Amino acid sequence: MAYSDKVIDHYSNPRNVGSLDKSKKNVGTGLVGAPECGDVMRLQIEVDETTNTITDAKFKTFGCGSAIASSSLATEWLKGKTVDEALAIDNMEIVEELALPPVKIHCSVLAEDAIKSAINDYRVKNGLPALEEAKSHH
Amino acid sequence: MLKLPIYLDNNATTPLDPRVLEAMMPYLTEVFGNAASRNHPFGWAAEEAVDYARDQIAALINCDAKEIIFTSGATESDNLGIKGVFEMYSQKGNHIITATTEHKAVLDTCKHIEKLGGRVTYLPVNSEGLISLEDLEAAMTPQTILVTIMYGNNETGTIQPIREIAAIAHKHGALFMTDGTQAVGKIPVDVVADGIDLMAFTAHKMYGPKGVGALYVRRKNPRVKVTAQMDGGGHERGMRSGTLNVPGIVGLGKACELARLEMAADTARLSAMRDRLERELLTLEESYVNGSREHRLPHVTNISFKYVEGEGLMMGVKDLAVSSGSACTSASLEPSYVLKALGLSDDLAHSSLRFGLSRFTTDEQIDYAINHVKEAVTKLREMSPLWEMFKEGIDLSKIEWAEH
Repeated sequence: MAYSDKVIDHYSNPRNVGSLDKSKKNVGTGLVGAPECGDVMRLQIEVDETTNTITDAKFKTFGCGSAIASSSLATEWLKGKTVDEALAIDNMEIVEELALPPVKIHCSVLAEDAIKSAINDYRVKNGLPALEEAKSHH
Repeated sequence: MLKLPIYLDNNATTPLDPRVLEAMMPYLTEVFGNAASRNHPFGWAAEEAVDYARDQIAALINCDAKEIIFTSGATESDNLGIKGVFEMYSQKGNHIITATTEHKAVLDTCKHIEKLGGRVTYLPVNSEGLISLEDLEAAMTPQTILVTIMYGNNETGTIQPIREIAAIAHKHGALFMTDGTQAVGKIPVDVVADGIDLMAFTAHKMYGPKGVGALYVRRKNPRVKVTAQMDGGGHERGMRSGTLNVPGIVGLGKACELARLEMAADTARLSAMRDRLERELLTLEESYVNGSREHRLPHVTNISFKYVEGEGLMMGVKDLAVSSGSACTSASLEPSYVLKALGLSDDLAHSSLRFGLSRFTTDEQIDYAINHVKEAVTKLREMSPLWEMFKEGIDLSKIEWAEH
């Protein structure tokens, strides 16, 4: 299968690979996917609690090039967004940006799930109610 | 100067040996006759070339030239052998025994047989990819007409105990067929000593052209017959109609001759190269060879690199043409059924690469491949959450994964 230039770029030069200190109260961690499905994404956000803005985002992904690119792109988009803006990221925006073929749409879904899961973790840690739809894609 | 990408997917297909092409050339141009034309020199020349090829093939597998039925390739040969025996021996019984790690050309043909009312037993394999002779013995019934077990596996290179299997089949009055696609031309295959009654093989896995293969069908002790699966002019002793692919057949013949003459040297060189590749890659932590290392084709290794995903790994080793046990191209993300049959977990099956070396593989290419794979695996592991968890001592099997 031919990958788009953007997928290849993110795969070859992934942005924001790494870990944030998950014990910190203002860090939210999302771990989605399963090894036996061939995709696991861990996406973390660090939130400035006064402005509700995401100041840092990191990822680690086990998966194909499209999965790595989707999570790399997600971390790029998350930085500087408010938590509410981040919640509005739709998987189809990732599909369009990376020109993912139909068989790779699940990679973008997983990235959206990872974002929501990380935000949810942040909310729960900070005494906010859990998101209704955090697990809705599964 | 090393040319990239490096082709290490020779279990999928091999390049044409220039000497094979040279042998074929006249039959693509001036010697164009139909081998079935008995009335003029054009036909005679074609027939002579086909007969010569039969002799070259027969010499490689130790059979009689008349026992070779030319086909379009191993898939057709597998179909013809299995369906042909099922039809021809329907009076005797309707039971066929095969294994779960066979090629789809065998498995899907067996599924077809089941739809026709046949009964098929699919033997499991152990962690090395070998069937159990006790299982086979226990599966044999008076209705068993055919045991079909591949010689060497296409994904792992595992070689089955062919002689022992043949002996069990014969003891119970069944025929023994083998899919010799990966083995013929690579290791010594002797249909007499091995007790093979039918064998499928193809040219393009042994440096011959695509689109031509053969089915060996034993002519005595016992005389085996298969019902033709294609109706027409009654070519190939009535078992396979259709104008013979003369240039292809000449190519198959030449490929077999070269294999016979060069097998020992090729095997020594390729197994040394394969072993070096394997030894180097196993220096990476958490990497495992899939299939038997003892009973294995000399030019194949299949290695799982735990905590990296196969398709991502394939992308990382873009300078190599190899195969992965991951089939992440469909929504189902089915990993290799062969590796799963060996008992590999889905994630380990997803994380595998298959290397198939050829007569044309060089030490320089292997050096490059070793470094390239090591770099890719290391980079992807640094990016892998599973690797990080493993390093932290977290038991991944205890995590409740949100499957999607």
